[in-house]
Amino acid sequence: MTKLMEWLSVLSVLISVWISCFTNRYKFEILDQYKEFILYLPFILIALFGLYAVAVVLYRVFTFNNCVEAAAEVQKQIIEAKEDLAKKGFVFKTS
Amino acid sequence: MVKSTKNNKYSILLPTYNEVENLPIIIWMIVKYMDQSNYNYEIIIIDDGSPDGTLDAAKQLQSIYGDSKIILKPREKKLGLGTAYIHGMKHATGNFILIMDADLSHHPKFIPEFIKLQEANNYDVVSGTRYLGNGGVSGWDFKRKLISRGANFLTQLLLRPGASDLTGSFRLYKKDVLQKLIESCVSKGYVFQMEMIVRARQMKYTIGEVPITFVDRVYGESKLGGSEIVQFSLALLHLFATT
Repeated sequence: MTKLMEWLSVLSVLISVWISCFTNRYKFEILDQYKEFILYLPFILIALFGLYAVAVVLYRVFTFNNCVEAAAEVQKQIIEAKEDLAKKGFVFKTS
Repeated sequence: MVKSTKNNKYSILLPTYNEVENLPIIIWMIVKYMDQSNYNYEIIIIDDGSPDGTLDAAKQLQSIYGDSKIILKPREKKLGLGTAYIHGMKHATGNFILIMDADLSHHPKFIPEFIKLQEANNYDVVSGTRYLGNGGVSGWDFKRKLISRGANFLTQLLLRPGASDLTGSFRLYKKDVLQKLIESCVSKGYVFQMEMIVRARQMKYTIGEVPITFVDRVYGESKLGGSEIVQFSLALLHLFATT
């Protein structure tokens, strides 16, 4: 099953359950009591997920390691490499 | 017990295009770290007809380090990453293939870590990751980090690929695994890397991860523009619908 099919099947199950709450087919007191809440529930969930996504992404942006030492290490090794290669007879292209 | 490393040979594929300044440095670094850890290896340079003299630099390096260590398999013109790997692999004598960028954004000091992790768990693929542990990036501004993290979040959500860094191109593969993955991949450019790791998950290969630091291009320009974002989105949708 492709990821698309997985998403579609889970979503269709959830949407059918949600719609069935408004068909008057099932009589539960709780359904009548929270009708309005249930109606908006999917949108509330989507909004909450959106907030979660933004929070997670921003958190990860701000905690994304800045590898300053790694950059410095490369710079140091470039000099080392050039010296050693020149000793071994490598001719660098001058432009 | 872990199998002796003596039987394994690592073929390092380096596709290059206009890397005349970076190539000698990266080769020097690879040799340094691979010799230090006593692994059996070869470096295969696949230059796509660079006009800047990359191939001449490669020839000089071959005469310094020997033609059993440095193997040159140039091509006439730029033909894409996937075909570069196929081309390089045809001439590879190792049973493992390591791929990395030649532009110094990937540090060869991580290669022994890849190999150790592979040996310890017999992974089919070991992928470098910028997103875990001590991994990270250097030289990226807020916008670039935001795009990277955002795209990664979306991809993880939609594809659940079982690997944290999908677009990275610093990886170690078992040779036969890489062969099969390349055959099953259709995308071009840098999204090719994403397809490879997603197909690996689909084909039930095991994937290990090593945190790496990514230092943005020291020489030359780095590329991230609108067209990359479009390419990425299309590839994501394609993989979402097909894997």
